[in-house]
Amino acid sequence: MVKQGHLSLHVPEPAVRPGGQPDFSNVKIARAGAVPRPNVDAAAEDIRDLAYSIIRVLNRDGEAVGPWAGLLSDDDLRTGLRHMMTLRAFDARMLMAQRQGKTSFYMQHLGEEAVSCAFRKALNKGDMNFPTYRQAGLLIADDYPMVEMMNQIYSNESDPLRGRQLPIMYSSKEHGFFTISGNLATQYVQAVGWAMASAIKNDSRIAAAWIGDGSTAESDFHSALVFASTYRAPVILNVVNNQWAISTFQGIARGGSGTFAARGLGFGIPALRVDGNDYLAVHAVACWAAERARRNLGPTLIEYVTYRVGAHSTSDDPSAYRPKTESEAWPLGDPVLRLKKHLILRGLWSEERHVQAEAEIADEVIAAQRKAEEHGTMHAGGRPSVRDIFEGVYAEMPPHLRRQRQKAGY
Amino acid sequence: MARMTMIEAVRSAMDVAMGRDEDVVVFGEDVGYFGGVFRCTQGLQAKYGKTRCFDTPINESGIVGTAIGMAAYGLKPCVEIQFADYMYPAYDQLTQEAARIRYRSNGDFTCPIVVRMPTGGGIFGGQTHSQSPEALFTHVCGLKVVVPSNPYDAKGLLIAAIEDPDPVMFLEPKRLYNGPFDGHHERPVTPWSKHTLGDVPDDYYSIPIGKAEVRRQGSAVTVIAYGTMVHVALAAAEDTSIDAEVIDLRSLLPLDLDAIVKSVSKTGRCVVVHEATLTSGFGGEIAALVQEHCFYHLEAPVMRVAGWDTPYPHAQEWDYFPGPARVGRALTDVMEA
Repeated sequence: MVKQGHLSLHVPEPAVRPGGQPDFSNVKIARAGAVPRPNVDAAAEDIRDLAYSIIRVLNRDGEAVGPWAGLLSDDDLRTGLRHMMTLRAFDARMLMAQRQGKTSFYMQHLGEEAVSCAFRKALNKGDMNFPTYRQAGLLIADDYPMVEMMNQIYSNESDPLRGRQLPIMYSSKEHGFFTISGNLATQYVQAVGWAMASAIKNDSRIAAAWIGDGSTAESDFHSALVFASTYRAPVILNVVNNQWAISTFQGIARGGSGTFAARGLGFGIPALRVDGNDYLAVHAVACWAAERARRNLGPTLIEYVTYRVGAHSTSDDPSAYRPKTESEAWPLGDPVLRLKKHLILRGLWSEERHVQAEAEIADEVIAAQRKAEEHGTMHAGGRPSVRDIFEGVYAEMPPHLRRQRQKAGY
Repeated sequence: MARMTMIEAVRSAMDVAMGRDEDVVVFGEDVGYFGGVFRCTQGLQAKYGKTRCFDTPINESGIVGTAIGMAAYGLKPCVEIQFADYMYPAYDQLTQEAARIRYRSNGDFTCPIVVRMPTGGGIFGGQTHSQSPEALFTHVCGLKVVVPSNPYDAKGLLIAAIEDPDPVMFLEPKRLYNGPFDGHHERPVTPWSKHTLGDVPDDYYSIPIGKAEVRRQGSAVTVIAYGTMVHVALAAAEDTSIDAEVIDLRSLLPLDLDAIVKSVSKTGRCVVVHEATLTSGFGGEIAALVQEHCFYHLEAPVMRVAGWDTPYPHAQEWDYFPGPARVGRALTDVMEA
């Protein structure tokens, strides 16, 4: 008989805590260009390795290499850089606006700009994203007006959502951006439903689901994967692994699984892992998945390996749970600087043009901000009506809400 | 016109809706090939094809979550939760998503879904197949809640629910599927084929959501009920010979307050009846509204008859169920108060 000792509970810990030396030696990074590009009709089990490696296009010298390179034109690349720079500048202004008390809350994308900006370029007009709160690049890269985003952030009199939603919980059907819930993971399975509807109607449009590393632990993530798998829904299942769920490192959600991408394999869903700080790689992998969906080959799961450089939101201080210098040690670099380097290397960009572009973008963002502030901010100027509290709960206001609105004086 | 059971009426409603509108889709656990454990969707897959009526994985949050996504696309999903007791995994999708999508997007996206579920006891189903969770839905702003009491209403209200631009919870009392069960479990149930409300037009018609119906005119006391308890209240009125006016709410949200106020102002007495547990049940809401709106007409305290505040037991189903004897006692008490 085997002698048994006492049991003990395993509670995972990140490699380093505040005060320690940042250490990403456990993050295995494939050489750029090393991961093959399979045909889009490949079966999940035949491309298992892609769920454990990292697809990369831009190498350390800024060259685009390997089978995933070569999809984007020079203009596309310059536009992509501009979108990421715009998102970064927008974030910086809005973060400052929050500190100035012009809004209650903000969430920035610092370090993750490539994921949503590049992904948007793989979609067509009419496709639908079901985003989380850290994909505003989907709007920026689709030329959604920044002033509308700011009106929403300020909950001012021109807020398209009439003051009802937390700042940054945008909604735009026209721009393929489903109303952000703020509730985690719920939208993942809704995206699968939208994609199923498109298939039921023999349409050509596809859906994209978004979730963070932490929220993959929610049961709705598994609901989404089983429905997507069963009905071969034309959906791209995106997991943005930015290493941190507020203060909780990704190991708490990932558990014993090697990667988040590997979660797809048990459902027979082809799963790819990609360098989330590489604009070209994100775009190429998204195009691969979009083509699969459009050819009725079903869902794809993509894990974007990236790093949340900033705080989770304006309500937490990362130095309380991770080393202050951790972001500098992140081995996949900065997505803006990496694309800039590539463009300069190819003679499509220069330091001077970059400085000039930064100034132009800053002007655009400030102009949009001025325009938005003419319509008020959270605590000053024009704001949505008290009437807006009661409108839109139902298509037609039921009698009990009419009575309550009257009681409120409206 | 045909005589239909409530099952047939519900099925006919979905059949008519699917025939009129290609965007209506029906799905849930066992609803496709087999036609549902209560057979409410029987024949729909054969008639409309398996992309419009299909089986799903056993995953209620997935059923409701995908329905929400389909509604955002432009379809009109009418989904089945096999038992109301199974809806809890979907509760997050219902309360924080379906109910608020119109509001939070300012109408940019909407959520016209129907979630059907058999509710209440009746099959010795014990604690996991007998619950009446309607108050968990009426507490959620943005949902509508409908509970029919007969085949004619079931069809007309379900068609209205499918056509409604907002999410509707459609609770089907399973005791009523085959006949107007009045709570006298020791007697055989009259089948719907022998009841005038089993007369159901084959074709399209709808009944507006939010309108109550007076099932029995009376002058002594108003009994407010819905679903199975409408028939129990009618039996209690006959058994006690108390001239009760029985109101069938049909829809809890929106609520036909005018019908309640009109009746209670006339009778001066009110008993609210439901099978769901008492504490924080919908009867509490009705009682509050009655005292707010009819206080000076009241001659007695508003009384509630409900399921006991315990899980639904298995063997003691008839001791738990608020049958005609308990409703009758409340009628007598309120008349003597």
